[in-house]
Order: sequence, then structure tokens, then C-alpha cells
Amino acid sequence: MGLLSDPNRRRALISLLTRLNTPICIVCYMAGVAWFMGLAFEPFTLRTYMSENAMGSTMVEERFPAGERALATGREFSAHKKRTGGMPVEWLMKTMQAKGLEVFTQRFSRTLPFPDENKERYMVRGTNVYGILRAPRAPRTEALVLSAPCSPGDNNNQAVGLLLGLAEYFRNQIYWAKDIIFLVNEHDLIGMQAWLEGYHHTNTTGMDWSPLQGRGGSIQAALSLELSSDIITSLDLVLEGLNGQLPNLDLANLFYAFCQKIGVLCTIQGKLQRNDWDSVSGYSHAVQTMMLMVMKQASGRPWGDHGLFLRYHIEAATIKGVNSFRQYKTDATTIGRLLEGMYRKLNNLLERLHQSYFFYLMPSLSHFVSIGYYMPAFGLLAVILLLRALDLWVQLSTPPQRTEDGSSPGVLSLLTPLVISHLTGVALYMLPIRFQEMAVEHFPVSETEAVVLTAIAVYTLLSPGTEQGWRVLKLVAVLYLAVLLGCTALINFSLGFILALTLVPVAAFVTPHVPKVLSAFILVILSPACTLLFSVFFFQELQEMPISFQDGWLLFLSVISQGILDHSLYGSLVYPLITLLVYPCWLLFWNILFWN
Amino acid sequence: PNIQQGRQRCIYGEVSPTEAGGGSDSPAPKPAASPPSVPRPKDDFQEELVIRPLHSGDIYTSFQFRTLWETDFTRENKVSHYRLFPKSLGQVISKFSVRELHISFTQGYWRTMQWGQPYLPSPPGAELWVWFQDSLTDVDGTWKELTNVLSGIFCASLNFIDSTNTVQPSASFKPLGIGNVTDHQIVCTENLTPWKKLLPCGSKAGLAVLLKSEKLFHSSFHSQAVHIRPVCKDDQCKTTSWELRQTLNVVFDLHNSGQGKNEWSLFKMFSRTLTEACPVASSSKIYIDITDNSQGEQFELSPATPLLSQAVVLGDRRTFSVYDLTQQITFGTMRSLNLLIRGKSSDMLRPLLHAERYVAGYGLQTGEIHTLMYNNHPYRSFPVLLLDSVPWYLRLYIHTLTVTSKGKDNKPSYIHYQPSKDRVRPHLLEMLVQLPPNSVTEVTLQFERALLKWTEYTPDPNHGFYVGSSVISSLVPSIVAMDTNNSRERPLFSSFFPSKEESSYFVRVYTEPLLVNLPTPDFSMPYNVICLTCTVVAVGYGSLYNLLTRSFQIEEPSPGLAKRIANIIRKMRGVPPL
Repeated sequence: MGLLSDPNRRRALISLLTRLNTPICIVCYMAGVAWFMGLAFEPFTLRTYMSENAMGSTMVEERFPAGERALATGREFSAHKKRTGGMPVEWLMKTMQAKGLEVFTQRFSRTLPFPDENKERYMVRGTNVYGILRAPRAPRTEALVLSAPCSPGDNNNQAVGLLLGLAEYFRNQIYWAKDIIFLVNEHDLIGMQAWLEGYHHTNTTGMDWSPLQGRGGSIQAALSLELSSDIITSLDLVLEGLNGQLPNLDLANLFYAFCQKIGVLCTIQGKLQRNDWDSVSGYSHAVQTMMLMVMKQASGRPWGDHGLFLRYHIEAATIKGVNSFRQYKTDATTIGRLLEGMYRKLNNLLERLHQSYFFYLMPSLSHFVSIGYYMPAFGLLAVILLLRALDLWVQLSTPPQRTEDGSSPGVLSLLTPLVISHLTGVALYMLPIRFQEMAVEHFPVSETEAVVLTAIAVYTLLSPGTEQGWRVLKLVAVLYLAVLLGCTALINFSLGFILALTLVPVAAFVTPHVPKVLSAFILVILSPACTLLFSVFFFQELQEMPISFQDGWLLFLSVISQGILDHSLYGSLVYPLITLLVYPCWLLFWNILFWN
Repeated sequence: PNIQQGRQRCIYGEVSPTEAGGGSDSPAPKPAASPPSVPRPKDDFQEELVIRPLHSGDIYTSFQFRTLWETDFTRENKVSHYRLFPKSLGQVISKFSVRELHISFTQGYWRTMQWGQPYLPSPPGAELWVWFQDSLTDVDGTWKELTNVLSGIFCASLNFIDSTNTVQPSASFKPLGIGNVTDHQIVCTENLTPWKKLLPCGSKAGLAVLLKSEKLFHSSFHSQAVHIRPVCKDDQCKTTSWELRQTLNVVFDLHNSGQGKNEWSLFKMFSRTLTEACPVASSSKIYIDITDNSQGEQFELSPATPLLSQAVVLGDRRTFSVYDLTQQITFGTMRSLNLLIRGKSSDMLRPLLHAERYVAGYGLQTGEIHTLMYNNHPYRSFPVLLLDSVPWYLRLYIHTLTVTSKGKDNKPSYIHYQPSKDRVRPHLLEMLVQLPPNSVTEVTLQFERALLKWTEYTPDPNHGFYVGSSVISSLVPSIVAMDTNNSRERPLFSSFFPSKEESSYFVRVYTEPLLVNLPTPDFSMPYNVICLTCTVVAVGYGSLYNLLTRSFQIEEPSPGLAKRIANIIRKMRGVPPL
């Protein structure tokens, strides 16, 4: 700081920064991207380790014997499900009661803002059934949750069967210190949302539900189980929750530790772990795994039923049984033993899981990148914005050569583009739900956007602007973007990083003096909507399911509709963030390009 | 009648059974203060065990040991000769001028919905309630000493009870003194052993033989208590004698202990059988509740007994099979008694009054306490007294208090609220609410979570902080009075007008305690956090502030002496200075 308080040296530093501004920005951008890619390189990452002492050294034995019986229960459940054409509430209540649980139900109903084409639902009405295993000699202050969704068709019957089997086995054990809640939720996330809102007696999304009759105190941890076949080859761990929240890393460690102990193949993002990190294919495998996590986290959707628990500060994860064509086979007894082990260790917890990281990326199940390692990648991108802002500030503060008019730009000329672009954002936020009839066919995003962009271009070309004017506007826009991206990255690193990757170059190069048509094209390519489109293709590519452009476009539209649904059903914040803040910010740059 | 205006300092107090009208929360088979009809020694010991098969298939066993002693601890010359009464407690009574003392250790929560009402309600955790003689002057000091002594006797950490978790009740609630135990007392063998040592036969003979800790703690509910109080010796109540009542209530679980088969025996429950009564006991009996089994269809009992006893317990007329252990015939030819109960579980009548409580909301800033009180009586409403004591670190917003029944506002007829003082005393809220028939009454109250000082957090701050149970006391309409169709065999003359003393009975319900998370700093690396914060504040903020508030200008260095002299000369010559 002594450097800056010396005016001579300050001047020298500033002149250096302004003179070398463009090269420094380019270097920073490259370094940021390189840093990010380096995160997946195994020698640069940390091995996962169990931080929570209560789960680390304590030994538990897994003795769950009744996998076959659990599968038979699952088949019975499936038969009853078919007969009732939905959730077999009566049968589930009777079965849970027979196993010695306290059984309760919850009814809920919800009308979606517009029909969900993916899941073919509009008016949703359902019932959750849950049974509480009361821990002996515990005062109902803490609970754990095991849930399985009652999915349409033949999905997840095995999960419900295993849940009931575990309930019966757990009931006969004396060592429980926390109540265990066995929940079968209908209509997957909507049912889960209703149950969680009922349990915590909040109403954030305007859903109708009947109040819960039985509770088990404060929920410490939850697992959601998805199994669709009798024999599975591997278990996949899903961590990404609502708004990019992640459970404590110790939950992932616990799962990994038991997979190792029992000998079950485990994956994350559907990718097995590889040992050849020094080869190119090994490295690209790790990059793919990490990129999948980044994409999923950036989407802000709950990627399993567990995702909604995180809002309530309940550590939760989804465990998915995968049946691929691998050689390795695991039966239901083994999965039961794995879950038993995990629950016994969670039962030993004295405090909520808090020892390990809440902000991390995982290039494989055994390695993680903590916030201290990945934040510099974003920081390098964000510093570009600050450098550009500094450059503009210096240009503005040096007295301009008085050519035609030396008057500083009025507040009005600055305020008008700001207000107009935000109004456009508000319109974009409101329109899809207001005009849901239109939205059913397709989202008129592209058309609306084209109209808006042309209008702004015409408007700005017609209205007179000054050299000073666009500099002030750009300074405001650049700082706005820096604050916006910084806040986003703190909450949801992946979203912030992806937006920074595309928006920072736009913010850095745009001036009224670059070639208009080419720049407009680049600007559109790097707009939030196109970023989403590319992300859709990239995500499919990462999942090894490449799609044609036509399918990709349809998928893109359905992703937008899912985003809007997530916002109105579960309170996801990505859609309002993009429409109300990011898109107007991008429009400001569009405005600058067409500054007359 | 036997309550004089004693000074009180109470933890989780209870209305004395004699105040509650008819002594109804003590098991009725033995009237509490019956004057002895036959001459007997100056001290007397009785033991009994009540077994009640519950509708859920679980089994409820309740031990009671009563020692009566006609002595006066308060008189001048100290009592020094002890026979049946434990000396350690006798000394406590005389040293601290104790008038009544009630202490209980409970692990588990009484599940009213599955099990009905208990004979003696008790909240989870430890509970201590003491009345001092009015001759005592320094109540606070004595209280502190007493808790420390009792902690020693019962191997428990009762000394954590201080003013921050004790409240004084309002005037209308005179005999009840309330405080809170916020520590999460785990009841274990180390509390059971000193409790057993207070018995005259120890665990060597009599019913206490059954008290083996490995079985007692293999249960769903465990509650042990010691009650000391003076009782009347005769009808006029001119003289009193001391009563020590030790109780132990255990619920064995059908699935854990019974392996799912509803078949119980003394051996299966306690891994012991009975061979004799305690030799010094004047009475030693086992009661088995067979009310639901009048036709023998629900369960069977072997060996059978011809002795039957009837009593009104908790507003219900119950029938008991009685086994008298002082009779040699009870033990049969095997010289040991192993009661066998075989039965099936059935549906239970919903308890007339039960309650639950939970914390609503999410996040670490605010929350809402919901208390639900159910009145399951089909046509009668009754008032309940709700008592809530909330620690100061939950800042209650009392203006958000709502009481609703059946969707309508239910105005409490009496509210007493004493606000908390930070670090000194908790909130106290007492309300008299009328519960409409067949309804749920919901009491909600919002609160804000306080940020504690960093030394005030417990060693496990991320576990959360406990808020003690709220206490709901009520006179509940009796089931006997509710029974209009007279299916039970009763004399006709007794059933036309419901008798007064049976029309309602006293019930106390404890809700579950709450576990509330407070905003917690990261304690994992305080040194790093302190260093980082200090550095950021000192370096970053300081110098940035400096840069922003000052403007820097280049100042010409002051010229040297020679130059100054030269300038003066030049000035005098009229030439421009250097």
C-alpha cells in the first residue's frame, strides 16, 4: 500500500496497467481457464478424508440379512401399485405398521404454472406415507431420514422394498439414538417438497398440503434411495442440490468409505474412478467428471430427491443403483448392508455434519477440490473486469480533448439504457408464465429476443451519444457485472464461472468502435441464452449421449421450461437471476456496441 | 391439606398429589396417606410391582418402594439411628431443612399416543423439585449446596441447574414451582446403582432382585425417581411421618426385547425370577392389569391367581390380578415365581389429552415454536394450563403469540408472561386455554435466535441447544364418567349419577424437548480465523481507508540553508530567486 501512497509510483503503476491492459487481460483469461482445467489433475487435488471423528474411528458391523425378502416386498409393492394405479397408501400403511413403525400420511396437491411435458403432469395430487422408528430411550429430538420415491411405471419398486426391509431390520435393533423416518414420497420432488414444507411448517412455494401428525425432532441427515433392478452393478452418488448447494463432504466420504469396505463399485456422475491419472485419457476422464459436476451444479436444479433437504440445513444425498453391462454384480443384501453401515455411523453423530467442506468439486469420488483451490480460477477472470474498469476510470478522469462538446454525459443518458434493459429482464421473467398458452407450444424466447435487440439497436443508433457517455455506461456495466458474478460465484461457483467464461470477454472488448456486424454476432454467440444452448450440447457430449441439432434445440426449450418450473415449484433462483440481472447486464453491452 | 406455606425452589415442579384432588396420579392400589390400622414398628417398608400390558404389544412395568418413618428430622437433637430409611437422604433432609424433595431421571419419551397415560409422568432428562421449610432463610445458597450434594449421591450433574434455567411461577399457580433442566442428562447404570443402594434390601432380595441394569436399559423408556414428603399419620393430620417413595418405570419394547412375539415373562423381561419377598417388607405384591382381558381373550396369565383388586386409576376403573410374595404359596413347588403373559396387541382408545411440539421454519435467524394440544373427548371441553419455559437465547416475539382451535382464534382466559433477561433468567409463559371437544389447539410463537458470546457455546455447539419440555396440566373428564352404556358389571344403584370424585382426574403431559440450532461460528480453527480477520482488518481496511480519504500531492523539499541565504541576498538585490 506504500506503493500506492507515493504519487509518482502510483502514476507509474497506473500507466503500466493502462498501457498493458489488454495483454494482462488476455493472460488473466488464459490463466483462469488453465487453472480451472488444472483442478482435475490428480496431483493438484486432495484425497478425501473423514473429518468427523464420530464417524471416523467408530467401528460398526453390518448384518442386514434380508435382501431377498426386501425384493419380494418390492414386488408386492409393485403389484399393489399397479392395482391402485398410483401410491398404494393403504398397503404401505399396513405394512409399515406391521413392522412396528408409527405410520402417518400427508396429502398434497399442486397445480403447475403450465403443463410439464417431460413428466406429463399439470394438476398434481398425491399422498406421502412415512413411518417413524422411535429410538429407544431417546427424547424425539433428532432424526434421520431414508426416503424412496414412488415413481410411475416399474421404477424404484426395489428401492421401496429395500426401504421396508431395512425398516423391519432396524426396528429390532436397540442401538438407535435418533429416530429414523422412512418416507415413501409420491410425485418425486413435488411430494418431497410438500413433506419438507409440512415437516418444517413453512410455505415457500404456495403448495397445498395437510399438516403432519408425527415428527421426530430436528433432522440431522437424509439419504434418498433409487433402485430399479434386483441386481445392480454399481452405485452412483448424487450430491448436487437446489441452487447448487452441496451436502457436507463427509457424507460423500461416508458413502465412499462403505463402498470400499463392502466392496461395491461406486461412481460419481456415473463415472468410475480411474487410477491412470498420468495418462491423457485418465486426465480427460477426471476433467469430464468434474465438468459434469460443474454443469449440474450450475443448473441449480435438485438432481435427486435429496436436493430439497439442503435448504433446511439437512445434509442429504441420493444413492442411485445403476444396472449397466459391467461384470460386477451386487445383490440387495449388500446394498442393505451398505445402508445399514451408513445409518449406524450417522446414528453415532454427536453434532450435525459440519467438520468437512461444504464447497467443493469432485473430479473423482476419492479426490476433491476445495473452495480455496477453485476460487483463484474465478478470481483470475473477475480481475479482468476490474482492470477494464480501472482503465475506463483513468480514461474518464484524464481531461478529454475538447473537440466538439466537452459536457459530461447527463444522468438521463445513463439511466435510460439501465432502466430499459431491466424492464426487458422483468418482461422476460413475467412473460412465459403469463402467456402460458403460448408457452405450451414453444417459448417465444428467440423471437422476443430478436425484436428486443433490434429495437435497442435502432433506439441507440438514433439517439445521439457522446464519447464520454459510452465510457461511463461501460464503467457502470463492467462493475455491475463484476459484483453480479462475484456474488453468484460465492453462492454457486459453477454458475458464476460459466457465466464469467462467456460474459467477461464480451465486457472486455465491446466498444462502439469495433466492427458492428461481427461484434454483434459474437455478442449474440456469447449471450446467456446461447451459453445455455452450448451447455446443453456440451452436457450431452459429456454424458456420452451426443444429440443432433434438432433434438438439442428441443432439449434447450425443455431445459428453459424446466428452469421456470424449478423456480415456481421449488424456489430455484437461477431463472430469476438470469432474466432479472444477467440478461439486462448483457443488454447494456449490446447497448454500448450500438452507441452512436 | 398437608401443604404448609413452604418456601419453594423447584425444578420442573409438580402439583402435589394431595393438592391435585384425590391423589390420582399415584397408583391407586395403595392410598398414599392411609393411617395404619394395626400397631406396627415405627418404620415400615412396602414394595410392589405393577405390570400393564400395553395395546401396542409393549409392556409397562412400574416398581414402587415405600419407606415410612415416624420421626422428626427437624427437631433439635439430630437423628442418628437409621434402620430402613437411608441415612444419606435422612441427613440431607435434616441438614438442608427440606420439606419435600422430588428427583427423577428419565431417559426416553413417554409415547402417550401408543401407551396411554403413565402412572407417574416425568419429562425426559433430570428433574429436581424441592420445598424447603419456612424456617430457612438463605434459599439460594441452600439450593446450590443441595444440588451439589444430590449430584454426588446420584452420580448426576444436577449442579448445572442455576438461575438461567429456573423460573418462578405466577401467583395463581402457587403450589407449583417450575424450573428447567437444560442439560441433557443421560440416565445410565451409574445412576441406577446409587438408587438401588437406598433400598433396605439393596438388590439382594425382594422385587429389587429384578433390577438388573443390562435388561432395564434394554428398553424403550426408563424413568427412576425418588420422592420424599411428609404424610399424615391420622385423620386430623396432627402429626406427620416421612415417606420415601422410590419408583422405577420401564417400558419393554415388543420388537427389541420380545423379538416380535407378544409373550412376556419375568425372566424374559428381567432375566431373573422371584424367589422371596424382601424380609423386612411388610407387604410385597405384584399387580397385573387385566382390565382389557375380563373375558381372557386378549392374553393369558400363568400361573393364575384368584386374588383380584379393583381401583380407579387415571379416571378409569381397572382390575388387577394380585400376587402376594409374602405368601409362600405364590412361589409354588418350584420355589420361584416366573409370571408368563401371552397376548396380542390391539387398538387403543385415543388418549383424551396429548400434546406435541416442534420448531418450524428454516435458516438460523428466526423460527417458530408450535405446540399442538389434542382434546380427543367427543363432547366435553376442558381447560388446560400450558406452561412454557424457554431459554433466553431464543428471543420470543410475544406479540406473535396465536392460539387457534378449529381454525378460530381461541383467547386464553389467563396469560402470565415473564420476559427473559439475557444470561440471567429464561422466558416464562403460562396460559389457561379452553380446549374445545374433539379438536386440536395450536399455540404458535415466533422467536429469533441469539448470537452467543464465543465462550458461551457448549463443547458441541453444532449439536444444537435444548429447550425443555412444556408442561400441560389439566383436569380431564374421566373415562368412567364418559362410559354411558354401562357395559361393565356395576351395581345399578352406582351408575345413575356419575360419582363426583370419578368425574375428572388430574393429568400432566410433558411435550418433547426441542433441539434448536443457533448461529454457530466455525470453532475448528479459531486461531486461523482470528489471525486472518485481524490481518484483513488491519492491513486491508486500514490502508484502503487511508488511500481513499487522503489526497496525495508532491511537495517541494524545503531548500537548504545555503540556498535560503542565497535567495535572501537575491531578493535584496531584486533578482528572481533561485
